[in-house]
Amino acid sequence: MSPTRLPARPGEVIDRDRPLDFTWNGRQVSGFAGDTIVSALAAGGCRVFSRSMKYHRPRGILTADFWDPNTLVQVGDEPNVRGGHRLLEAGMQVTAQNAWPSLRFDAKALTALGGRALSAGFYYKTFMRPRRLWPLYEKVLARFAPGGVIDPDSAPRRHEKRYAHPDVVVAGGGPAGLAAATAAARAGARVLLVEHEHAPGGHLRWGTKRERALGAAVADAARTVGVEILTDATLVGRWEDNWLAIVERDGAGGPERLVKARAKVLVAAPGLIERPYVFAGNDRPGVMLSQGARRLLNLWSVRPGDRAVVWSANTAGDAAAADLEVAGVAVEHVDARAGHTVVAAEGRRGRLERVVLSDGTRLEADLLVTAAGWTAPTSLLNMAGVRPVYDAAAARFFPAPPGAPEAGTVLSTGGVSGDGSLDELVGHGEATGRLAAARAATLAHRLQGATAWAAPASGAEPPFPTDERTPLGRDPHPELYRSSTDGIVDLSEDVSSRDLRHGAAEGFDSVELVKRWTTATMGSAQGKLETVNTVAVLAEATASTVAEVGTTTWRPPYAPVTLGALAGRMFEPVRVSVLHDLHVAAGMTPIGAGQWIRPEHYGDPQAEVRNVRANVGIIDVSPLGKLDIRGPDATELLSLLYVNKWRRLAVGSVRYGVMCAEDGVILDDGVTGRLGEDHYLMSTTSSGAGTMEVWIQNWLQTEHPDWRVRVTPVTDAFTSVNVAGPRSRTLLERLVDGVDLDPEAFKYMQVRLGAVAGVAGCVMWRIGFTGELSYELHVPAGYGPHVWQALLDAGADLGVAPFGLEAQRIMRLEKGHFIVGQDTDALTKAPTAGLKSLIKLDKEDFTGLPELRWALEGEPGAGGPEALPRLVAVQPTDPSYVPPEACQIVATGPDGKEQIVGRITSSRFSPTLERSICLAQVEATHASPETALTVVGTDGRRHRAVAMPHHAHFDPAGERLRG
Amino acid sequence: MLLVPCPNCGPRNSADLTLVGESEPRPDPAATTPVEWRSYLYEEDNPAGWTRETWYCRLGCGRFFVTERHRAENRFRNPPLGPSGEPPGRT
Repeated sequence: MSPTRLPARPGEVIDRDRPLDFTWNGRQVSGFAGDTIVSALAAGGCRVFSRSMKYHRPRGILTADFWDPNTLVQVGDEPNVRGGHRLLEAGMQVTAQNAWPSLRFDAKALTALGGRALSAGFYYKTFMRPRRLWPLYEKVLARFAPGGVIDPDSAPRRHEKRYAHPDVVVAGGGPAGLAAATAAARAGARVLLVEHEHAPGGHLRWGTKRERALGAAVADAARTVGVEILTDATLVGRWEDNWLAIVERDGAGGPERLVKARAKVLVAAPGLIERPYVFAGNDRPGVMLSQGARRLLNLWSVRPGDRAVVWSANTAGDAAAADLEVAGVAVEHVDARAGHTVVAAEGRRGRLERVVLSDGTRLEADLLVTAAGWTAPTSLLNMAGVRPVYDAAAARFFPAPPGAPEAGTVLSTGGVSGDGSLDELVGHGEATGRLAAARAATLAHRLQGATAWAAPASGAEPPFPTDERTPLGRDPHPELYRSSTDGIVDLSEDVSSRDLRHGAAEGFDSVELVKRWTTATMGSAQGKLETVNTVAVLAEATASTVAEVGTTTWRPPYAPVTLGALAGRMFEPVRVSVLHDLHVAAGMTPIGAGQWIRPEHYGDPQAEVRNVRANVGIIDVSPLGKLDIRGPDATELLSLLYVNKWRRLAVGSVRYGVMCAEDGVILDDGVTGRLGEDHYLMSTTSSGAGTMEVWIQNWLQTEHPDWRVRVTPVTDAFTSVNVAGPRSRTLLERLVDGVDLDPEAFKYMQVRLGAVAGVAGCVMWRIGFTGELSYELHVPAGYGPHVWQALLDAGADLGVAPFGLEAQRIMRLEKGHFIVGQDTDALTKAPTAGLKSLIKLDKEDFTGLPELRWALEGEPGAGGPEALPRLVAVQPTDPSYVPPEACQIVATGPDGKEQIVGRITSSRFSPTLERSICLAQVEATHASPETALTVVGTDGRRHRAVAMPHHAHFDPAGERLRG
Repeated sequence: MLLVPCPNCGPRNSADLTLVGESEPRPDPAATTPVEWRSYLYEEDNPAGWTRETWYCRLGCGRFFVTERHRAENRFRNPPLGPSGEPPGRT
C-alpha cells in the first residue's frame, strides 16, 4: 500500500489536526476527522475492500458514497456498514466482509473458475433435488452467504422516534432542494429538509471553487430562514397524504431515529445518481465512476490513481479529468461523445493495468474513470403514483407530467426533473419552494376548516395554486449502457449481463421476472446503480427498447432501514394497581395480564388456596373493568347487552350476566349491581374492560342515540378487593360501618353502599368467584392502600393473608367457573358454556339474539344445540396427572380411527380435593356425565379421564358461598 | 397513512381510528333470516369505488361516524355524518 493523501487542498472536509487511529483487518491505520472509513483506507493506499458475493472477485471503490456496492465492511459487532458513507471514529475495528481466509487470498474465489455452474438461477436449479439433501445443502450454502457477522452478545442500541408536522418536506439538500426549502420558508412555511449525506450542498461539495462557494451560500441561506436540516438522514418512504418515514442514522449526533412526518407538500429533489458502464472487467479495482473519483479527490484529498483513463460522455466526466490533472495524475481523456468506447479493463490480482478501447487501442492505466450517464432516482415520486417515462434523447427516465390530483402535493425539482445551469436549477428550486408553500397554505386552511374545535379558518379557502413554473430543459446524452463485451451489471449481487441474457432466453423476458430470477437490483444498492443497465441489457436481449421494457417498481424503503429503527422505543403503557408497592413489599411474584402487572402469588399459591378455604384471604382485583351506568334507559341498555333479563332486578341486588357478540359468541361476562332505580355498576372481565366500553359506545351511538343513558368507565376510580373465606364476614364486621352484614340482611348476590375502615362511598357486593363466602369491595382508589392494610391488621388473628391470581384461578376451577377467552374461544357460542337457561329468547332484542335462537331452536339445514360442543368438568383417572392446557381429547370414531372430540381448556392440581381437575370443551356426544374420555398428553401418551356431572368439582350445591 | 376526517377532531392518522366496516342497517332481529343476518355480519361489498363506512375515533373523541370513501383511490368525500348517518352537529 502506498500512501496517496495529497497535501492540504481547498474545500477538503478533513481536519488534519485531528488524526484518528483505527484498525483494518487487525492492522493499525489512521485517518483524519471528516474521513469516511473508505477515504481513510484509500488514503493509506488500500485498493481492495471486499470480495464479491458470488464469485469472490476482489472489489475496490466505485462511487465512494452510501451506494458503493463494494465497500460494505464490518465495524466491531456491526455488519454491513457502508464504508463509503460512515464517518471514521477513533478506535473503530474495521474488517473486510466475504473474505476467507484473507482479503488478499480468498479460497472461495475458486468459484470464479466454475463460474458457469454459478450462473443465474443456479441456486434454484441445483439444490431442488433430492429434497432430503436440503439440510446438507443449507449447511454448505450458509458458509458462502454474503455479508458480515452478527454477534448475539452485542449490547442493545438505543433507537428513538419522533413525530413531525412540517408544512413542506424537501428530500435532498442539493442546490435545487436547498433553494426550494429556503423559498418555501421565506413564504412562511415550516420546512424540514432531509439530506442523505453528512452535509448539505449536493454535488457542489466536490465541485469547483465557484460551485463550492454557491453550495455553502445556499445552505447558509436555508439555515438563516429557519429551515430544519437533517443530515445523514434519508426519506425512505412516502404513503397516503404525504405520510413520510425519515431515518436519521446512528451517527456521532445521537442514536438512530425514525422520524414520522406528516407533510402538506413533499418536494422531491434527490438529484441524479451516476450509472456504471457494463464491459469486461468493469468490476476490477481501479475502475471508478467520475463522482467517486471527484469525491475522493475534492472531499478527502485522496489521489485515486497515478495513471488514469477518463472515458467521458458528459461534463461531469470532463470535470473529473480536469480535477485529476490538477492533482498531478497523468490523464488520457477518451471522449464517448466522439464514439470511443471502453471494451475491457485488464490486469492481474485485483489491479487494473490497461484499458482496451473499441478501436483496439490499449492504454496503460491504474485508474479508469467512467462517466456514462445518469439514473434519476424517481422512487419517492413513484410512491406518490407518478410514473417514470424514458427519454432516449436524454438517456434517462423522467417523472411523468402530473396528472392525478394527488400529485399536486408532491413536486419535484433539480436533476430528477431536468437539466440546466446552476442558476436555472436554483431558480427552478425557488419556484418549486414558493409553489409548495402556497399549496401548503391552502391545505392548512382546508385542514383547519375541517377541525371542529380549531379556531375558525379566516376567509374563504384560497384557490389551489396552479403550477406556473418554467420547466427545466433536457440535455442530450448518448445512450451508454453496455459495451460489446459482457460485464457485471449488479455489483452487489454479482449478476452479469450474460446472466441477464440467459434469463431472457429461458423465458424470464420481463424486467420484473428477470429481476427475481437473477436477483439483479436486489442487493445493497437496491437498484440505484444497476436498474437502468438491467433494463437496457434486457431490452437488447429481447430486441426491444428501454422505453418498451420499462423500469421495475420502486417501493419503500428508499435506503435500508435497521430493524431497530423500525422497532424504536415502545410506548405501550404498563398499568399497576395503587396497591402495587404493597404487593412488592409482600414479596409477590408478578405476572403480566394484558397491560397490567399483577401478583401471581406471594410464595405458595397452594397454601394461599388452603388459607382461603380455611380462614380468609384478600386479593387485589382492581383491573376488573367497571362501568358506571346512569339514566332512565340504563335498564334498556343492560337488556340489550346481556343475554339475560334485567327489568326485575331489585335495587340492592347484583346479577351475573353474559354478553354475546352478534354472531352468538361469548364476548364477556361479569356481575352488575343495581345501586339505584336508574343507576348500575357493571363489572367486566379485566382483559375485556377496554373492549366493552367501545362495544357499548358503538350500540349507544349507532343504534340507540335516542336513549337517555350515560356510561362512564370507572375502572381506575376504584381499588377493588375481594375478601374471601369462611371468616370473611367476621373480618368485615370489624371494619364496616352502616351496613348490616347479617346473612339475612345482606344476602348472596346483593350489593350495599357503606364505609370500610372509615372510608365512605364504598360499594360492597356479595358474590363468589372462588366458591367461598366473599365480599367484593370497591373502594375510592386513593384509599386502597389504607383499606388493604386495615384488612390485614384487623384480621391478623383470623389468619388473613393476601392471595394472588394463581390461587384465584385454582379456586374458580375447583368451583367450575369458566373464564372468557380461556375456556371459551372465538367460536364458543353461549349454549356451549351451559348458559342455556340464562338466554332469554323471549326478549325483544339483545346482541346475538338471532344466532342464539337458531343455535337453541335449530336452524333449517343446520343442527340445533346438539351440534355445539359443551363445556364440561373433567377429572383424569390418575389424580396426580395434570394434563397441560390445550391437550386434545380423542375417541374412536365410526370408522375405527381415532378422532379429536375436544380439548382441555383449563387444568390445575386442586389442593382442596388433592387431585387434578380440568375444564374441557367436548362434542355433545361425549359430554354426558360419566363418559370415559381419552386425553392425549404432550408426549403422545393416552390418559384416561371422565366427564363430571357438574362444572363444579367442589361444593356443587354452593352451600359455602351462600352461608 | 391515510388522513381520516373525524367530525370532532378533524383529519387524523388512520391508525388513531378503527374502521368498523361498511355502514349497513342492522336487520330486524325478530324477522331476519340466517342468509340475511350472516350477510350483514360477514359480507362487505368492497367496491372499487365509493362506499359508506363507519369509523370509530379510538384515540381521539371516541365518536362513531359515517363517511364515504373511494376504496380504489383512497380518498374521502362529503362532510362526515353522525353515527346513525345524520348530518353532523348533533351531540
